[in-house]
Order: sequence, then structure tokens, then C-alpha cells
Amino acid sequence: MQRVKALPLLLVLAMSPLLAGCQWVIMAPAGDIAVQQRDLILVATGLMLLIIVPVMVLTVLFAWKYRQSNRKADYDPDFHHSTKLEIAIWGAPVAIILVLGTITWIATHRLDPYAPLARIDAARPLAADVEPLRVEVVSLDWKWLFIYPQYGIATINELAAPVDRPIAFRITSSNLMNSFFVPALAGQIYAMAGMQTQLHAVVNEAGVFDGFSANYTGHGFSYMRFKFHGLSQDGFEAWVAKARASDDALTRAVYLDVERPSEADPVRYFSSVDAGLFLRIVNMCVPEGKACLRDIMRSDENRISGLGRMGNPAALASARLEKALAGDTLCTPQSPQGTGPATLAGLPAVGGAPYGVRIFSE
Amino acid sequence: MALDGNLQQLVFGRLTFEAIPIHEPILVGTFAVVALIGVAVLAAITRYRLWGYLWNEWFTSVDHKKIGIMYIILALVMFLRGLADALMLRLHQAMASGGGEGYLTPHHYDQIFTAHGVIMIFFVAMPLVTGLMNYVMPLQIGARDVAFPFLNNFSFWMTTSGAVLVMMSLFVGEFAQTGWLAYPPLSGIDASPWVGVDYYLWSLQIAGVGTTLSGINLIVTIVKMRCPGMTYMRMPVFTWTSLCTNILIVATFPVLTAVLALLALDRYVGTHFFTNDGGGNPMMYVNLIWIWGHPEVYILVLPAFGIFSEVVSTFSGKRLFGYKSMVYATAAIMILSYLVWLHHFFTMGSGATVNTFFGITTMIISIPTGAKIFNWLFTMYRGRIRFDVPMMWTVGFMLTFVIGGMTGVLLAVPPADFVLHNSLFLVAHFHNTIIGGVVFGLFAGIVYWFPKAFGFKADPFWGKVSFWCWQIGFWVAFMPIYILGLMGITRRISQFEDTSLNIFFVTAALGALLILFGTLAFVAQFAVGYLRRKQPAYADATGDPWNGRTLEWAVSSPPPAYNFAFTPVVHDLDAWWDMKERGYARPLTGFRPVHMPHYTGTGIILSALSLVLGFALIWHIWWLSAMSFAAIIVAAIAHTFNYDRDYYIPAGEVAATEAARTQLLAGKVAS
Repeated sequence: MQRVKALPLLLVLAMSPLLAGCQWVIMAPAGDIAVQQRDLILVATGLMLLIIVPVMVLTVLFAWKYRQSNRKADYDPDFHHSTKLEIAIWGAPVAIILVLGTITWIATHRLDPYAPLARIDAARPLAADVEPLRVEVVSLDWKWLFIYPQYGIATINELAAPVDRPIAFRITSSNLMNSFFVPALAGQIYAMAGMQTQLHAVVNEAGVFDGFSANYTGHGFSYMRFKFHGLSQDGFEAWVAKARASDDALTRAVYLDVERPSEADPVRYFSSVDAGLFLRIVNMCVPEGKACLRDIMRSDENRISGLGRMGNPAALASARLEKALAGDTLCTPQSPQGTGPATLAGLPAVGGAPYGVRIFSE
Repeated sequence: MALDGNLQQLVFGRLTFEAIPIHEPILVGTFAVVALIGVAVLAAITRYRLWGYLWNEWFTSVDHKKIGIMYIILALVMFLRGLADALMLRLHQAMASGGGEGYLTPHHYDQIFTAHGVIMIFFVAMPLVTGLMNYVMPLQIGARDVAFPFLNNFSFWMTTSGAVLVMMSLFVGEFAQTGWLAYPPLSGIDASPWVGVDYYLWSLQIAGVGTTLSGINLIVTIVKMRCPGMTYMRMPVFTWTSLCTNILIVATFPVLTAVLALLALDRYVGTHFFTNDGGGNPMMYVNLIWIWGHPEVYILVLPAFGIFSEVVSTFSGKRLFGYKSMVYATAAIMILSYLVWLHHFFTMGSGATVNTFFGITTMIISIPTGAKIFNWLFTMYRGRIRFDVPMMWTVGFMLTFVIGGMTGVLLAVPPADFVLHNSLFLVAHFHNTIIGGVVFGLFAGIVYWFPKAFGFKADPFWGKVSFWCWQIGFWVAFMPIYILGLMGITRRISQFEDTSLNIFFVTAALGALLILFGTLAFVAQFAVGYLRRKQPAYADATGDPWNGRTLEWAVSSPPPAYNFAFTPVVHDLDAWWDMKERGYARPLTGFRPVHMPHYTGTGIILSALSLVLGFALIWHIWWLSAMSFAAIIVAAIAHTFNYDRDYYIPAGEVAATEAARTQLLAGKVAS
């Protein structure tokens, strides 16, 4: 019977909260963002089943009742239009989509990965003075680099965070486009070279969870996995101490070595990180002497906008001012070596830029 | 003897003996089998002296019916390749999730899933759709051929050249290891320096010429060549969906052509459209390819919707419920399909408002689609439903597709997509809609119109076996894939740490095996039908074996070369049903000569030269590229000097053909 074949999926979807006890990580996540995403899946599915189930039942019913051999059923070959029915046919999906569309609008804004968290979980709002854990994520070929700017440490293929403390990820890639995904924690977001994306999340349960790239990147892709450790505050401090005890330092030169393609890399810790390394990675100017994207783009912009504003003295003045300010930054075509880490540390954080645009303005 | 390195490069580009994958036992085995079968087929053609017949009657044919059949044969052959790829992937994942490493290297595995996607979309689904539209649509609108018969032949052979190029990559060099849409920077020259992506680019560019031209051809045919009385609102729904699909093709394939050309420039001449640095932006490629890619799925599914409309109405013995809303729904889907492309990459980090916009436009598409489902439902209501094989595919579709539609709307909710994007849930979703919608629809259409094309029905027993194997096989294969997606497993992975996944992958592999049986049974139904073609239950003397409703059933099976001896005049929707109701009498006298186009070999010659051009460009054999390109231009110009384009079938011959049919209808000739 045809209806029997569709039933398993319906049952699974209907029962997923029950079945979700063990490995169904999407259905039983450990972080508040992923939990809300799971709830949204269930609500949307339930809403759609309101129309899908009757359609399936009617299909089987009509197919059975109006089979040729059933001579008792009505046969009305001219029944091909009914205004009332047509209103219902269009009206029912419209009604469902109106509701689902509203839910989508609200949920998409509430669960915007760029928006800082407002709560720890459904029961606990976030206190105003909580400083989120900042993690800078870089996808390399084919491994993950995590930089903890607040702690001055970095790791390869291992991520850790204290339970119930919000995490603010800034994400980029050294080369290929990956997707940063820890299903237990929150939904994924792309990691793109020369661009920066953001993700805000929180883990509510201690444990070890899988993280990986969800976007295919070629030969070493299948091994591009890491463990995400949800730790107690003490456990996290111990973990940081372990990283600090490492003999390795992540300098620009070391980064360029690490960046080279490799597969199935072991976990590695770095006790220190060159200041501004992440900013240089996003701007693709880690190698000595390579001009940073934002400086190239700013000089392009000034050149073009300067020309465009020739007739407008005020605009021209502001363009000159911008250009003067630009000269003060890290590295420019005129000064390819840059002005050193001290200037860089003084740079405003590269946050707040709307999605994957090039980071060229602060 | 030894060629100087530079000379060798000049003559052969980067083609060397190392490009032949003799170190890959799987490929060597495949090549041996393909070569054996190929030699056997060629020998048989030679033995039975069929070369002349094939060349004169088929390869050079401009008859839309023969071209349609050739498209479908091409698609079914390529389907076997795509299915073999799928089975290899399923086997590998079943092995690799069980604690082993599987039997495929990443290099091979990555090529297989790329080829599977490319082949199934471009060289199976597209030629099937184009083939059915080619065969059926002119008959449905009472036309004698398409608007540009030569262009039709050329389009078919360009598609074939693209397919041949993909197949060549199996044995000479490699195919792309990028996934079926070849996102940069992975598909850029730095990450993919060898020939794989170039095979991808040129096979799609060559086939794309065919697809675009065929789209123009079929639009013009529908707009200009409908018979008298067939207003737009009297066109059969399949013709309507063909019109909308071809509009989508003409509007979107140029985008694909452009984006692939830009990628080719990046790879060949060092431009920076989609590179990470130098001012390029790979995300521009992602946007552009999906501006083509999303309408593409509607290009495939709209004709399937048209087929279901024809089938459900014919086998329910009723006029289609809500014809007008069906037409409006089709047109609405056509337009909306342009407005949703961003839902393929919500995870790029667009703002919440942008994501919401594209999420909601996607959901809105489900409204006309839902209306269509209801229309089919209420066509069955108070009908007298005959469960022949096409109708079984249709009911199977209605029950399968709604689930695929539901998971699709779920993926359109951006926060839900964040956890489901790139997961096996997504993979299950699009197979759910493409198998449950497109494949079931095209299979229904092939079985439905098979007796029209060949004059006998396919065997219903094997048809039903095929249906049940596919229907059950689909759920066995993809139910575990849905579940794996909910377990957080993503696509295109070849190695698995967690052996508890094994049971799901093994189940999926068994489902794929059932689908293989279903496919073999699908072919068997035509073979068995052929063997029994003389039996009364199989032979179609009437031209109307299903008690059909549209004009293609008014002519004999198979139809004469000229389709209609007299151009029909249409007074109502379901024109043939209306004619039967009004006691239409077939004219038996007064035939006139029929104006017909000549067959020509130019299409196959131009396409063969394009194939050479593509191969030369892939291997950087520049002299050959230049020569084949020049040859294409010369051949195309030479063709314009061929003024002997048409001829008349004499009235006497038409009369004789029609008289034979009169006898057949009267049962005087043993069929």
C-alpha cells in the first residue's frame, strides 16, 4: 500500500522529540540556539502536517473509492470546476503560509547568527555585564584554527567553551569555502576567505560534541573534524592553562607553515598568538610585504570617490581626510611592511560589518 | 623517436599517457566492459547493415518525433551511468561507516558524486524533459513539426556531445571533484589545476547551447504553430508547462553560460572574477549559479506536473479539475522561481531581513504547488480511475512529493536551514522531490506515450514491478538519509568515525539496490512489450489506447511523418475528447501534398566539431582548438548555402498512408 510507505516519515517526524534521546543531535542539541532551531523545525513541520496529512489521506481515499471497479461510486465526468472548492484549494495553503511566514520573520530575526545573545536558555536571561567568550575561527586546508584573543591562545582542531557563557565567533577562511558547524551548539555559517562572518551561541550542557566543515572542500574534507568541549568554568580554566603550557607560539611565520594543506591533523595548542593575526588573515596579508585587502580597497575607493567628488569641495575634503587616516593604518601599498603590531592593536575591532562584505572600513 | 618536450606539448597540449587511468582497477574494468559492449553494438550495426538506416532515418532526422525518441534514449543510457555512480557511492558509504575506509580513494569518490549530480541533472533529467516535450507537444497543438526542425536536430546533437565529453573524462584524465555546481575557489585553477573542472565547463557549455536553442525552438513552436481554434486557454496543460519551462530555459541558461564562461576565463587567462584575491569574489559565482540553478529545478518539474495533469485526467475519465487555476499556478511558479535563489545559501551570512525575504518567497511557491496537488485530487474525485501504470506513478508521486515539498518548505525557514543545510536531510529532500516529482513524472509520461511512439503498449506486469521497486526502494533508500541528516551528518563525506551510522547507510544501499531492480524492470517492460507487440492486448491499432483527451491521440500510433493529414480545428479544451463526443469523422479523401523539411547531417557534423573543440580546449591543444573552431564556423556558413531545404510528400502517398490507417481502424489488417 502506498500510504504505508509514507507513514514512517510522518511517524518519525511526529515522534522525533521522543526518539531524540540519543544520537539525533539536531533533535537533541546541547545549546540554546540549536534548541530553538530544533523547536522551529518541529513547529513548522507540525504546521505543514495540518495540510499534508489530509492531502495524503484524501489521495488514498479517492484513489480507492473512485477505482474503476467500484461501480457504486459517483461518476461525474463534467465536474471540473467549483468556485468554493477553488477558494479552499488556494486559501488553505495561503493560510498555512501566512502563519509560517510570520513565524519565519520572527524566528529569523530572533535567531540571526549576527545578533548577540539575549538569554542563556529559555529560563535564564543574560546578565548585562557578562563578557562573551570571543573565538576567532579560521578554516584552513583541511583543519580548523581557533584563536582566543581574550586568552592569547590558539588551537588546531579543538574548541572549548565554558557552559552557559555566550560565545561570539568571528569566522573566516584561509582559502577554500568551508562551513563552520557544531550541530549540538548552533546552526552553521560559511567560512570564506577575505571575508568575515559571525555566529553567536551558547552551550548549556557539559560534554564533548562533534564539529566539522559542512561545506565540501576537496581532498581532505572528510577529515576536517574537531571536538567541541563544553566545560565547567574550572574545567575551562584548566584547559586554557593546558594550552598556555604549550611550547608553540603562533607567529605569522608559524601560521604560514600551519596554513599549508594537510589532512587529519592532530590537536595542537599555541601558548601565544601574534597580535592582530586574525585581522591579517581576513585581510589576506599574513605574508610579510603583502598588502591588506582593506587598504587596497580603501585606496581604490579613495581614488575613485576622489575623482567622483571633484566638483564638491566638502566631499573632496572628507575624502582627503579619509586618505590621511588611511595612511595611519597597518600596511598600505606605500608602506607594505606596515607600521607594526602596536598600531594594529589600536585598531578598532572589525565587528559590525554587514555579512560577508570585505572588511575595508571600520 | 622521442618527441622533444616542447613539441609534444605543442601537439598534444597536456595530454600524455599518464592521463589514462590504468592504475585505477575500477576504471580499467569499467572501460573493458564499456569497450566490449561498444564493440558488440558496432559489430551488430555493421553485421545487419544498419549504418545507412541509422544515418538516413535517425541521425540526420529533423522529425521532432524521432529527435524526441533519441533524446529519451540518450537520457536512459546516461541514467544507467548516473545510477551506477549512485550505487558506487552507496556501497562506499556503507563500507566506510562500518569501520573500514571504503573502497574508493577521495580522488575517485569526489569525482563520482560530482559526476552523479551533473549527469542526472544535465544528461538525464534535461534530455528526458526535452525529449518528451519534443515528441508530444507538437502533436498536442496540432502542428506538423517544431518551428525550426534543423535547429532541433542540432540541439539534440549538441546535448549528446556534452554527454560524450563527460563520458570521455572517465577514461581520459579525470572529472571535476567539486560537487555538481563547482563552487570556486575550489573549482579555481589553484585548487583544481588539472582537467576535471575543464571537462565540467566544456561539457556543460556545449550541452547548454543545445538546451538554449531547443528552448527557443519550442517557445516559437507553441506561440506560432498552434492549430486553428487552439487559444492559449485551450492548450493542454502539458503544452502549458512546456511553454513555461522553455521560457525559464531561455531566461536562465544564458546566466549559466555566462557564469561558466567567467569561471573559464579565471582558469584559462587568469582573470579574477571568482578568485579569493585580485578583487574577485567567489560568492558572486554562488549567487549567479543559483540564479540559474533554482529555476532549473522548476524547468525539470513543471513538465512533470504537466504529465501528471494529462495522466490523471485521462485515467480518471474526467476533464482536469480547475484547468485555469492550473495554468495560473504554473505561470506563478515560473515567475516565483526567479525570486528564491538565495535560499541555497542562507548560511552565507546575509542579514536576517534578506534571509526572511527569500525564505518567504520560497514558501509562497508552495501555494500554487499545493493548489496543483488539490486539482489533481479533485480530478480523481468522482472519476472512474483506471490504475494503469502511468496512473500508478501519478498516485505514487502525489504521496511521495508532498513529503518532499514539506521538507523543502522546512528548509526555507532560515534558522532551520542553518542546522539542515548541506546535511543529508537536504540530500534526502531534493532526491525526494526530484525522484518523487521529476523521475516519477517522466516515467509516467514515457509509459503513457510509449504506445503512441511505437504502436504497442509496454508490458503492464513489468511496469508495475518497476513502479513498486522504485516506490518502495525510494523510501528504503532515502528514509535513512533523512534520519542521518537529523543526526547531524553532512553530505559529500567519504569517511565516518561513528560506526553506529552503519545500519542507516546499509539500509540506504539496499534501497538503492531496489531502485536498480526497478530500473531494470522499467527497461524490461518495453522489451516484453516488444516481444508481445502483435497480441491484441498490446498492439495499438486505434492510435488512442488509453481513451485519451488531447490531439496526439487523434493520429495513428506511430504517427505518420507529417503528423496530421489535415490540420485539426479545435473547439474546446481536451480537443480530441470533444471531437469524439461530437462524433468526429476522419476525412478519407481530398488529401493534399504535405510540405516537409529535408533531413540534414549538418547538426551532427557541427556537434562533432564542437566535441573536438571541447576536448582540445580541455587538454590545451591550441592548434586543434583553433582548427575545430574555424571548421565549425565554415560548416555553419556552408550550411546556409544549402538551398535544398524542403520537399513535398505527394498527395498520393498521404492518401495511401491514410488509407492504410483506415483499414487498420476497421480491423481489416491483422495488427
